[in-house]
Amino acid sequence: MGVYLAGVQVATAYPGTPSSEILESVTRFNDIYTEWSTNEKVAMEVALGAAYAGVRSLVAMKHVGLNVAMDPFMAASITGINGGMVVVSADDPGMHSSQNEQDNRYLAKFAKVPMLEPSDSQEACDLMRTAFDISEEFDTPVMVRSTTRISHSKSVVNVNQERVMPINRRSFQSNVPKYVMLPVHARARHSVVEERLVKLEAYAETFPLNQIFWGKLSIGIVTSGIAYQYAREVFPEASFLKLGMTYPLPRDLIHRFASKVDKLIVIEELEPFLQEGIQSMGIKVSGKEFIPRIGELNAKVIEESCRSVGLLDGPARKQIKKPQDLPDRPPLLCPGCPHAGTFFVLSSLGKRSSLSKSERRKAEESDLIITGDIGCYSLGANSPFYALDTNACMGASIGQALGMEKAGVNKKIVAVIGDSTFMHSGITGLVNAVYNESGITIIILDNGTTAMTGHQGHPGTGISARGKETQKVDLESLVRGVGVKNVRVVNAFDVKALRQNVRSALDNPELSVVIARGDCAMLLRTRSEPRAIDAGKCNQCGVCFLVGCSAIRQEDEHIFIDASLCVGEACDVCLQMCPQQAIAPQSGIAAEEVK
Amino acid sequence: MKKLDMLITGVGGQGVILASDIISDTALAAGYDVKKTDTIGMAQRGGSVVSHIRVASQIWSPLIKEGEADIMLGFEKLESARWSYFLRPGGVAIINNHALPPLSVNTGNEQYPSDERITAILKQRTDVIYYIDGTQRAKEVGNVRTYNMLLLGCLSKLTPFKVNIWKESITQHLAAGLREINLAAFDQGRKEMRNLSL
Repeated sequence: MGVYLAGVQVATAYPGTPSSEILESVTRFNDIYTEWSTNEKVAMEVALGAAYAGVRSLVAMKHVGLNVAMDPFMAASITGINGGMVVVSADDPGMHSSQNEQDNRYLAKFAKVPMLEPSDSQEACDLMRTAFDISEEFDTPVMVRSTTRISHSKSVVNVNQERVMPINRRSFQSNVPKYVMLPVHARARHSVVEERLVKLEAYAETFPLNQIFWGKLSIGIVTSGIAYQYAREVFPEASFLKLGMTYPLPRDLIHRFASKVDKLIVIEELEPFLQEGIQSMGIKVSGKEFIPRIGELNAKVIEESCRSVGLLDGPARKQIKKPQDLPDRPPLLCPGCPHAGTFFVLSSLGKRSSLSKSERRKAEESDLIITGDIGCYSLGANSPFYALDTNACMGASIGQALGMEKAGVNKKIVAVIGDSTFMHSGITGLVNAVYNESGITIIILDNGTTAMTGHQGHPGTGISARGKETQKVDLESLVRGVGVKNVRVVNAFDVKALRQNVRSALDNPELSVVIARGDCAMLLRTRSEPRAIDAGKCNQCGVCFLVGCSAIRQEDEHIFIDASLCVGEACDVCLQMCPQQAIAPQSGIAAEEVK
Repeated sequence: MKKLDMLITGVGGQGVILASDIISDTALAAGYDVKKTDTIGMAQRGGSVVSHIRVASQIWSPLIKEGEADIMLGFEKLESARWSYFLRPGGVAIINNHALPPLSVNTGNEQYPSDERITAILKQRTDVIYYIDGTQRAKEVGNVRTYNMLLLGCLSKLTPFKVNIWKESITQHLAAGLREINLAAFDQGRKEMRNLSL
């Protein structure tokens, strides 16, 4: 909504939790151009190009996405923009769905770009307009930083602004000293950036969402974002300096606030970003000495840590015991997931899987190294497959596999990467493997979507952000086109074919790519007749559990298929695996029993 | 009503998020300030899902503090036990009498807690526990997948929001073809709760 009201004309993103919903929401407004870009770097460049051309542009990504987009982000800072440009970074404290919990506030400071932080849905809406105004007034991209608890919560929003009507300035004015960063121009632009920062510091002093709420003067709390909400709940009577703009900091305002209160503390999630900034002004302040820098905060964590240093009086709340020893419920591949067959094959070829009642085999005894990547298939690392050895960042599987090969590892190496991740940053790794004469095997798990983040399109799907048909990039031709000779496309639900093709790829000393193709189970429109287990034939061997399908269940030594979960005819992996041939469509078994 | 903190727990794919969206919209339409947040993690399907909904005249944190939830609506037994420590002493637990064993239980590596154990865990927080045969009752209404609306029907008996507001927000969240059966499930849930509270 904020994006719409701010008159944005071009919005780009690569999906990533918890940022994906931003672009999805913007696609509802037909007069805004939206795209899923191939990756965050491209998304940033498209947004920057649009800003150069004079329109307001938005680019959204998760925190680690900004690592990918860092190069054009730095470029955007030094060239400045023309039409306003806002970069949304959705951080993930607590790592609900991420590989790290980096604090991107440091990246705004690093890029010398102003940063705004909303503390609820209303502010997220209102700040967008302000962010674009700042962007245009100071000729800089502006970062808006959200965190999971802001992104994935809903609170009441009153829309009390008129939409800024998109202005038709769609013409690019060549300005070589500004936009062409040859060293000679970049040196001049660096001074402009430093001057801009001084002006922004002055602006921060009067920024309306840097607010003081006076309460008792014994404790003054500086805070921002979601931490403000928690802190307000824990300290209903304290004085607050709530920063809506957290870079650059309003020095005078902070000095003024600090001088009025007896004790100054900072309550912030993750790193001591504000605290360090305030300490560098020569002000005595504490915070991270007692408030954890690891994980997501909440009111309870703040209450307990502040109580531990005597900032809260009164008796501590009684500790609540969490129930112990309950079985965990880790996320699983869905019933009917096309990745299950591939992971079963890797697991068995690598001698990693074992029946539930026998002892688990040790990964170091496996004669196969499997490098992994980011997506649903990261779950291949878990039971019952244990079929991943690495998982670092988008696109890393191929480079890592190559590195292990060149290091002289004497085991076979296979890289496993999803279709969307391959488009995002696997292609460069593949080209590198071709050029550097690698003999590794790469399996592209092609489920025809970006499943993990909610089924967004990508170049290989031929479906645009608005759900329209568009030019499709053909995965197989792409892989062949860069010079891979051994390319096989295999039905991901055909276990035998998968096994044969993966085995021969591993035996081939040259670079091989296996595309395991099968639609994501979540995209199945119709449910067909579920599978069932013929109790007369089943001998409880438990091989079917190696599929890792949550529809296959066991109660009192009796194995059965949960009909409400089984996807039916789209997947017959369990049926292929059962040594007793006890699995069949439900009606087939019922008919036999009648006989 | 001073405040109403509600926790909805279940397993990915059960419709927890849809239910919590409907509850928040109902509270909002009834004129309260509402904040809601979902902790879904990586789970598209099959993982543990918790949704926090806070209703009051003014709310700060969208997360409910441990030990302060007034009502817990549990879509699955194990998840209800797991998150029961969020309930305030004497809070109300409405629990779908339905087990979805996690993979570790299916493969025989762990035991699904017995009904006695689940009740004992809940009793550490409250004696007000309603078990609803939601899945079974929904099947009787005509569609087993409507049990989330049936459970909303049960919950609605404990909230100050008017029935027509509930029904209006259910209608808004569902495709036309699914409305009738889901509203029927909602009504059935209200009946179940009425019978239990007598």
